[in-house]
Amino acid sequence: MSSLTVTDEQVSATPAKMIQPAWVRVMHWINALAMILMILSGWQIYNASPLFGFSFPREYTLGGWLGGGLLWHFAAMWLLMINGLAYLVTGIATGRFRKKLLPITPSGVLHDVRAALTFKLGHDDLTVYNYVQRLLYAGIIVVGVLIVLSGLGMWKPVQLYYLVMLFGDYPTARYVHFFCMAAICAFLVIHVLLALLVPKSLRAMIIGR
Amino acid sequence: MAKRSFLIPGVDKRLLIKDAIKTMPDFTRRRFIAGGASLGALTLLTGCDVVDSSSADTLLAQVSKFNDAVQAFIFNPDALAPTFPESAITKPFPFNAYYDLDDAPDVDGKDWKLEVRGLVDNKKSWTLDELYKLPQVTQITRHICVEGWSAIGSWTGTPLRDFLKLIGADTRAKYVWFQCADKDGYNSPLDMRSALHPQTQMTFKYANEILPRAYGFPMKIRVPTKLGFKNPKYVVSMEVTNDYKGGYWEDQGYNSFSGS
Repeated sequence: MSSLTVTDEQVSATPAKMIQPAWVRVMHWINALAMILMILSGWQIYNASPLFGFSFPREYTLGGWLGGGLLWHFAAMWLLMINGLAYLVTGIATGRFRKKLLPITPSGVLHDVRAALTFKLGHDDLTVYNYVQRLLYAGIIVVGVLIVLSGLGMWKPVQLYYLVMLFGDYPTARYVHFFCMAAICAFLVIHVLLALLVPKSLRAMIIGR
Repeated sequence: MAKRSFLIPGVDKRLLIKDAIKTMPDFTRRRFIAGGASLGALTLLTGCDVVDSSSADTLLAQVSKFNDAVQAFIFNPDALAPTFPESAITKPFPFNAYYDLDDAPDVDGKDWKLEVRGLVDNKKSWTLDELYKLPQVTQITRHICVEGWSAIGSWTGTPLRDFLKLIGADTRAKYVWFQCADKDGYNSPLDMRSALHPQTQMTFKYANEILPRAYGFPMKIRVPTKLGFKNPKYVVSMEVTNDYKGGYWEDQGYNSFSGS
């Protein structure tokens, strides 16, 4: 019985801090799934008419052929857009973006990049993002918005003509869409690598604490 | 604690619904929950077994139909595709088909007649000479291929809506269905609102020259508000119809509306 009492005391004395609220976790993993579907089907579509002198390996594409890739792309886009929109609205409305991602100062970023490269960047308090994280997370939100806008513009270049205008013309929107994809893939590599290096951050994105 | 609204005083709405769901038989419950999530079909994506390819295919086909409806909804019949100066024309304009140019239909313009069928007052067939006498307009627009590439070209011909009016077509019908001379019987349905779009054209000339074989001689339907595969070449007949008759690429899985 005494051990039970001790446990109770410990729990109430040091309540595990909620790092990632439920809505962040749910939307994060929906976004992860949607992004992967969009990237793999997007590679299939790219292969039908490559912008550059290379194609993506067939085994890393979704849909089997162009028609299949398009079906996946235009289905997963709803998941990506609805979830992404909900994320933006909630992030702004709850003040999470402001609290977690701002401010981003050049000196802060420089300091933390240097610390990260010399393995001196601490991760003791996961509720506070360092400047490298702030820059990457804010940056990838901007890229996410751009890839959706350029994609919508390419999907509806007549009905959503102003979106195409935003990027110049249809072919430019295609390049913007491609480079945003490249940026997301680069982010994904770093993001997954760092999550594996700091496993408690991965755990926080799954169970919240 | 968020403020809760009470439908019945003292009873929490959400808890009430939860309890009600529990008492439902399994099938009803599932339908109730699916119905409650109006985008249920989409969120199903997450739960769908991708390994079971037939169920994934069914779902993707359903989403594609949903996308047809969304595109029809946002289609503005007055929104014009951007037009360009002659200097912007892509040279050479690419030949594109699922076969080589050598295998492209070689239509004899003297024998060719455009057949008109379906919900129209006048079902007479049209010779090329008769069609050439109709008023024509030129427009320089961007052709966008389903593959992603695009090219700017100059097309001259008769607005399809003028021709539909001339033959007394029932423009309340859902589709104009085109059939082509391709040996595999290329065909494609065009929704009526797109068929009546001011820029949709029965094209007889490319770059002010009689339409060459590569671009669909003797007649192509140029629809700047649609992807390239919905711009049929070597057209031999058109049918005004309320039935969805499918299309060469549409049947293989390209989104049927495929509007720009």
